[in-house]
Amino acid sequence: MSWSLGIDVGGTHTDAVLLDAQQRIIAHSKQPTSADVMQGIDQAIAAVLAQVEVDRGAIRRAMLGTTQCTNAIVEHKGLQPVAHFRLGAPASLAVPPLTDMPADFRARLPVRLFTLAGGYQYNGEKLSALDEQAVRRQLLAVRGQVRAVSVCGIFSPVVAEQEQRVAALAREILGVKTPVSLSSEIGSIGLLERENATVLNAVLSGVVHTLTDGFRQTLARQGIIAELFFGQNDGTLMPLHQAQMFPILTIASGPTNSLRGAARLSNLQEALVVDVGGTTTDVGALCGGFPRQSAMAAEIGGVRTNFRMPDIASIGLGGGSVVTVNADGAISVGPESVGYDLPQRALVFGGDALTVTDIAVARGWADIGDAALVAHLCPAMVTRAAEHYVAMVEKCLARMNTSQNDMPVILVGGGAALLPMHLKGASEVIRPPYAGVANATGVAIAQVSGSVDTIILPGDESLESCLQRAEHQAREAAIAAGALPDTVAVIELDSLPLGYMPANAVRIRARAVGTLAPEG
Amino acid sequence: MKWLDHEAIEHISYGAAILASGGGGDPYIGKIMAQRAIAQHGPIQLVTLDELQPEALLLATGMIGSPTIMMEKLPSGQESLLACRYIAEHMGCSLSAIYPIETGGINSLLPLASACILGLPVADVDAMGRAFPEFQMTTFYLDGINASPFAVVDENANAALFEAQDSLKAEKLARAVAVKMGGSAAFAGYPVTVDQARVSGITGTLRLMWRIGVEVQQARDARRNVIETLTTLLQGIVLFRGKANRVNQRSEGGFNYGTACFVGVDDDKGSRFDVLFQNEYLLARREDQALCMTPDLIILLDEETGLPILGERLCYGMRVVALGVPANEKWRTPRGIEVCGPRYFHYLDDYTPVETLAARCSEERV
Repeated sequence: MSWSLGIDVGGTHTDAVLLDAQQRIIAHSKQPTSADVMQGIDQAIAAVLAQVEVDRGAIRRAMLGTTQCTNAIVEHKGLQPVAHFRLGAPASLAVPPLTDMPADFRARLPVRLFTLAGGYQYNGEKLSALDEQAVRRQLLAVRGQVRAVSVCGIFSPVVAEQEQRVAALAREILGVKTPVSLSSEIGSIGLLERENATVLNAVLSGVVHTLTDGFRQTLARQGIIAELFFGQNDGTLMPLHQAQMFPILTIASGPTNSLRGAARLSNLQEALVVDVGGTTTDVGALCGGFPRQSAMAAEIGGVRTNFRMPDIASIGLGGGSVVTVNADGAISVGPESVGYDLPQRALVFGGDALTVTDIAVARGWADIGDAALVAHLCPAMVTRAAEHYVAMVEKCLARMNTSQNDMPVILVGGGAALLPMHLKGASEVIRPPYAGVANATGVAIAQVSGSVDTIILPGDESLESCLQRAEHQAREAAIAAGALPDTVAVIELDSLPLGYMPANAVRIRARAVGTLAPEG
Repeated sequence: MKWLDHEAIEHISYGAAILASGGGGDPYIGKIMAQRAIAQHGPIQLVTLDELQPEALLLATGMIGSPTIMMEKLPSGQESLLACRYIAEHMGCSLSAIYPIETGGINSLLPLASACILGLPVADVDAMGRAFPEFQMTTFYLDGINASPFAVVDENANAALFEAQDSLKAEKLARAVAVKMGGSAAFAGYPVTVDQARVSGITGTLRLMWRIGVEVQQARDARRNVIETLTTLLQGIVLFRGKANRVNQRSEGGFNYGTACFVGVDDDKGSRFDVLFQNEYLLARREDQALCMTPDLIILLDEETGLPILGERLCYGMRVVALGVPANEKWRTPRGIEVCGPRYFHYLDDYTPVETLAARCSEERV
């Protein structure tokens, strides 16, 4: 018998589930996320292992889904100061880096921007030569002030040489351990979105190192020697070393996992899912049991990137969101949150902060902590505050429900109990068993993927048959990564012509996903 | 006269994406450029032809080349200003207003940015009434108006100025140069008088794009169905609902060529659809039966959001609703069909209006 462990670290709670080889939940636990994230993971694992007797050596896989990176971006916490280099001037000067980020978001991002000569044409010719002296000068100027570097050159997905050269210079001048994010390794064609994703990846380099190192050590302390995986934005898993280099790819794993988990737990294929966490609430839609994908550029904190992501509306509302009553009586909720300090800071736990959890308890919707500690709150204020945050969710439901009719709504997440069982726009409200650990369930049942990214010269072969070959290779790669052959499906198949390269070179990318085969 | 502010640009850019028929490049870049120009130079003046002197000189400007390349190689911002100045200098006269060559994509927004920086008004007229891939595909060309003098300028300020025998030759020369400039560049051309624009152009299209943006916004706020709103506003016909199961693209000579294949959903379950494109969507078919063809417009909308989908952004798994919209009458003449009907693009179909095709389809289904 072999087991797998699914863990989800939210801003407020850390959930764990233990699944058997048939992917049935045999133990689950929810613990507060501590200031030291690992302590919460440690407790969650210990709690799960205390529920059933299993041979720890037989826990073969541990999957971690985390919104740590998303929260870090949304709250601007733990972000590393970054020097960002765009290579391409004078082209692109009309639209400077990060122009399309919301102004207040950009203002708080610790990024120094440099637009320098460089870049390529689509066919690999140089747009401008890289001005190495300018790069050196700017790197020397920021030495000691930045902890990471990001680079985005025009057409770097076609030729990455200049980006790699800047990476080498950055390591030479700022030290070999300086994390360098290259856009060519992160995104595809579409400068602004790729650049945004690359900058965000770089500012996350500190957050992700703390997370991955800690996860490895924590598991080791529990005597678990498992293969480690991280949930990524498309709902598939990536190995630890890859997660360290590409934290941005973990970014929307939370919503994807909660949607997949909600579908599994409720057995519903078509529904809206509301995932209430400690800091944020995510609303998504299930179509055929899978998250509805956004057809548009995905946004993180209002920033356009070019990942395909589930279509999620995210609001700064959670159990730990701070409720403020202004002098004129107006009520505001969030986006500030007491986050993982909820067990100390909320009134119902004897704390000093008025949170959404306190309002829900005072309103009689939830039974958390000590209700006597919120009995003194003005009932009219409680009602208004409750109406206020429920309306935030209902507005989100209205936005996400694109059908004419009301849809079933599945409530999941640690804060599922904070919402009433009647919501405007819901044909019914469902809170399935294990709703609180939907995320951990979702990551534990996540799939593995295989991808092909190659440049081909069709020659006598038709593009069609090249695509078929790529499809086949992606399938094989997914199977090699552990997927059950019957479950493998191709989820992405693109061809990007490089034009005017010898023999009409085409870049082909294919991606296949499948369910992890049960072990032993 | 109207003034275009930040919000008006937002609405126009949505309308531009709708009428682009899948091509025209991402209006997003043009939107940012126009909004930055407004922030620095103030609102943009939009004038009707009646508000200009009959002999006043109008000039079109915008981008030429592959939309996929434009998403990556963004403009320096100087290219189109230089191109306009070269034309004015070459002709030895001053410009009265700028206009967009087409209704759709980046080429509806970039001229607004250029006009703003040049301190000129934008005239509410265009030369296509939709978006088309080539520069002779204008209603001006149908009346024998020459696109020359025609200037092409790239991001490094490399410039070429053409005096071509006609618009078709101007297109061929400009395209060849744009390809050598890395597949995208700015252009300025089709200098016309206000009188010429009135007779041979398509008027009121900037206000139409604006209105599309405003009405869709209102529909969205009121939770009305965006696709129905658009169908009514554009007098369009729903061609099919489907899910993309394969998208093939190739780039050649500065164009994106491709085929998108869809499997039908809902009422169209069991059917297969293809949309063929050359930058713009040009031909929609069910199995082998035509549903809509150029010069009528084919618009693909995201089923969930009602947002238009560019050809270059189409990918596996997208669920779309396809709309067919009748082209301006100027295009439905024998000469119009010769210049941009299906035969011109080497499709074997004879042009049939979308409403005729739709009537034929519904008869067969009864």
